[in-house]
Amino acid sequence: MTEAEILGAFTRILRDLLGDQSIVLTMDTRREEVPNWDSFGYVTFIVAVEIELGVNFGIAEVESFANVGAIVRRTEALLPPS
Amino acid sequence: MTSQPDRPTLPPSRDMRWPRSLEWLPVPEDFRGGLQAAVDTPDPSGRYEKLAALAGSRLGYLQWLQLERALAAGPVADHPGFMPLRLAILSASTADHLAPAIRVAGLRHRCLIGTHVGGYGQYRQEVLDPASSLHRFAPQAVLFSLTAREILARTALSASAAEVDASVAATIEELRKLWRKVREDFGAMVIQQTFLNVAEPLFGGFERSVPGAPLEVVSLLNERLAEAAAAEGVSLLDLARAADRDGLERWFDISKWLQAKIEVALQAAPAYGELVARILGAQRGLSRKCLVLDLDNTLWGGVIGDDGMDGIVLGEGSALGEAHLMLQRYARQLGERGVILAVCSKNDSATAEAVFREHPEMLLKRGDIAAFVANWDDKAVNLKRIATQLNIGLDSLVFVDDNPTERAWIRHALPMVAVPELPTDPAQYVRCLALAGYFEAVAFTADDRQRGEQYAANASREASLQSSESLDDFLRGLAMSTEFGPVQSVDLARVTQLINKTNQFNPTTRRRSADEVAAFIASDRSIALQFRLVDRFGDNGLVSVVLLRPEAPGSDVFDIDTWVMSCRVFGRQLELEAMNAAVHAARALGARVLQADYIPTPKNSVVSQLYATLGFTQAAETAQIVGATRWTLQLEDFRDLDTHILRGALSHDRS
Repeated sequence: MTEAEILGAFTRILRDLLGDQSIVLTMDTRREEVPNWDSFGYVTFIVAVEIELGVNFGIAEVESFANVGAIVRRTEALLPPS
Repeated sequence: MTSQPDRPTLPPSRDMRWPRSLEWLPVPEDFRGGLQAAVDTPDPSGRYEKLAALAGSRLGYLQWLQLERALAAGPVADHPGFMPLRLAILSASTADHLAPAIRVAGLRHRCLIGTHVGGYGQYRQEVLDPASSLHRFAPQAVLFSLTAREILARTALSASAAEVDASVAATIEELRKLWRKVREDFGAMVIQQTFLNVAEPLFGGFERSVPGAPLEVVSLLNERLAEAAAAEGVSLLDLARAADRDGLERWFDISKWLQAKIEVALQAAPAYGELVARILGAQRGLSRKCLVLDLDNTLWGGVIGDDGMDGIVLGEGSALGEAHLMLQRYARQLGERGVILAVCSKNDSATAEAVFREHPEMLLKRGDIAAFVANWDDKAVNLKRIATQLNIGLDSLVFVDDNPTERAWIRHALPMVAVPELPTDPAQYVRCLALAGYFEAVAFTADDRQRGEQYAANASREASLQSSESLDDFLRGLAMSTEFGPVQSVDLARVTQLINKTNQFNPTTRRRSADEVAAFIASDRSIALQFRLVDRFGDNGLVSVVLLRPEAPGSDVFDIDTWVMSCRVFGRQLELEAMNAAVHAARALGARVLQADYIPTPKNSVVSQLYATLGFTQAAETAQIVGATRWTLQLEDFRDLDTHILRGALSHDRS
């Protein structure tokens, strides 16, 4: 999966999660910038990504992701090369 | 890993992070399309029906979140065919994900559940403070979802067995007080979650010899909790056992506990909701009652019509034969539990019945099967015949068939029938049926134990009716007698069960909790009567209950609050004897008038004219519910109704 494909999957997941089809994620998006994306929603998002894409994040990583791009890059590294 | 991110991903069954507990549900054909169709349906009842159909399919994590959002968008109101219910979730951990899961699962069980989630760790204050949001919510059911962390924090590893006992007893005692308070304040049903045992072993094999070891403390806590719950009539949400079966890591995710104090893993929420909804449904009488079994490749391997008695695979000596035998054994055990068994098969009837009579390895006997339908008709037609023959609703049936085409057809033609998605491997049939939890129970009564015999006896009565010249001859020939008397506290479980599962002979369809029935017993101004019916074919057990009370304190007009009668004894004149007894009891308390409502539902049309036939007159004043009728009876005009039933007092040692 390319960076763009992962970002696309994240956008779809977050849209479904928050019920907001207008959400557009970029590599620079921060959680606080997305309406209604609270801290519980963040944990839910992480779990949804783990389930949907079959990856597992470490506890330190989850706390340290600065923006969406950081999660995308970590996901890309965890996925088997296509 | 999918390269098409738009395709909904389903949890792979080998994914260790996903509870196995929803595997019996079929995969939806078109989730997004179905959801859109539901959202676009303007009529709320139609929308709920469509959402309920989606809730009955196996959804991925994001799919059920979307379904929940569509459900939450609708107004919370009463809808025909759905039971409304207010549930409070009192939790010592993060529970925000549990409420949506319970609402979706509720839809699957035809309950519209309104939820209130108590403040994080605030369950004591919520219960004890009369000004709390819980009190404003006025729940009908309260779920305690607690963690064992508190008790572990105050129990030392070096504690003696007696000290651990005392510590556990103190925790249980506090819970008992909270349960009682909830019942007193709200009359609510209480559900207590067993404690997830998330501790790691410290000693290994020696663990069980150390009473203060965390794993042992929580084991003992759960044991004592189960005893206390049974004694108090509290329902257990047995999460600890679910985790034992599925593996703890499927229910508890340590990372998410650390990040957000989530005790029940997010991905386990759908399975959690299902367990809760089952208990609520069972308490409301919505559990299934009858297991309908296909024969070829379900009860045995092979096709009897093609392979013959010697060719079908069944019984010891063959792994496949033993797998089919396992399903028979499980079905028979369900029968012993009070589940009615039926057969629905495309076969020649004589050929199929011969297997039950003659095959030496058959565990199920013909006499275990209350309705046996083998022919070449459409199975949907046959399932309707079975429901009619047994006098139960189609929504009481579970249909087990190895053939995916038959399953899909029944789901389409009769959506109210439960159809588990059997795995292809017969070794997994029993596990699948057990996971589905269709027959969730809140009690196991003497009547449950005898139900199989009672249905078999009913078949004999049918035969007797066909050979009698007139109905009068038939009834006289039955040599019936009724034993009746006041409901006593020892009868509460059975009486409450009968009230809550009876849908047909139930003019008001009011559901009553054990506590509410207890209130009828406790007051000397109200009346709670129970009736048994015995005839020459056997004892039908507890078959009718009547609850009466003055319409207002001190009034001599008595309301028939509740009157239910089991469909097993329809057409036997017991309703006439019950009315005689109710009138006598009411007169003894000074009543002059009996007043009763008939509130129509899709299932109780059998009693729409009940009160007219009993001599009541329809009141000019109608009940306040649309379509309902109100009836009154002047007791001074009432003369005992004649029946073929002898009367006797109830002796209490027999239950």
